[in-house]
Amino acid sequence: MAHLEVASAGLEITLNGERRAVPASSTVASLLDSLALDARLVVVERNREILRDRDSFSRVELAENDTIEIVHFVGGG
Amino acid sequence: MTVLAQPHLDTPLVIGDREFQSRLMVGTGKYASNEQMVQAIDASGAEVVTVSVRRVDLDRSKDSGVLHHLDPSRYFLLANTAACYSADDAIRYARLARAAGFNEWVKLEVIGDQTTLLPDTAGLLEATRVLAAEGFRVMAYTNDDLITALRLEDAGAVAVMPLASPIGSGLGLLNPFAIRTIKHRLSVPVIVDAGVGTASDACITMEQGVDGILMNTGIAAATDPVRMATAMRLAVDAGRLAYLGGRMPRREVAVPSSPTTGMLA
Repeated sequence: MAHLEVASAGLEITLNGERRAVPASSTVASLLDSLALDARLVVVERNREILRDRDSFSRVELAENDTIEIVHFVGGG
Repeated sequence: MTVLAQPHLDTPLVIGDREFQSRLMVGTGKYASNEQMVQAIDASGAEVVTVSVRRVDLDRSKDSGVLHHLDPSRYFLLANTAACYSADDAIRYARLARAAGFNEWVKLEVIGDQTTLLPDTAGLLEATRVLAAEGFRVMAYTNDDLITALRLEDAGAVAVMPLASPIGSGLGLLNPFAIRTIKHRLSVPVIVDAGVGTASDACITMEQGVDGILMNTGIAAATDPVRMATAMRLAVDAGRLAYLGGRMPRREVAVPSSPTTGMLA
């Protein structure tokens, strides 16, 4: 029962500096999908570690209190 | 067409292991619209185009990235570390940029002061050493100080980028002597970065013999960026050709251009 309660509550992560609730068993790929982001155009850092292999996004599961940064290129000089 | 496309006039710009087709490099910031940016960059003839790494805006993620508007197969994307105030920050941003998968290059900025945006040269040297050792091609934004420029070359920078004047100031080339000195003493290319405000600034800068110019605000903040981008392209070519052509000596007295003999009695 306790397990089910945790599952229904999902996870809380810090995403680009904001606390966010995400479904339990979310992956990096499902997170990008939920944000409508193209994995080819962003770089993802998880707990200060860059995820270099985009093919791994669907296998990397998010954990409670993960700190995720999603960055991309913007205009600059 | 740039003069680089005419081999009898100039040689290609070679930085590190790459050849570039234009001596003008441009930024992508501060444009009124993405359409205007695309048109201005096209008019500039630039091949190297700088971009910045920033957090995705989660509320409007669809249209905020610059890569939706710039074709990475046409332009050489040069990520910068703008707004980084420590070597550690700049190194982190450079690594993130490399993970985007386009190239190993970075325009390294380590800023030391918010008012002047002048570089923290100690942090810049440290970050250059670390990133060069990791295989990055580091183009280091620095001030117009010869000793720092020499140290950056020693630290492994593939190009040194002294400022003409502070970032976004449009004050033009404040110290031609310092820029010429840096160019004479360095083996790696010298690309003047920041401060060019109009076409004559670009032309005078290139006349010092530097290898190229990087600019952003000088084009983006013009009343008509497409016209100004065109002017900058022509000015960079004109300044480069004037340098290669070799200017006549300055004289303080007049010397007639027409024969002084054969005059009517």
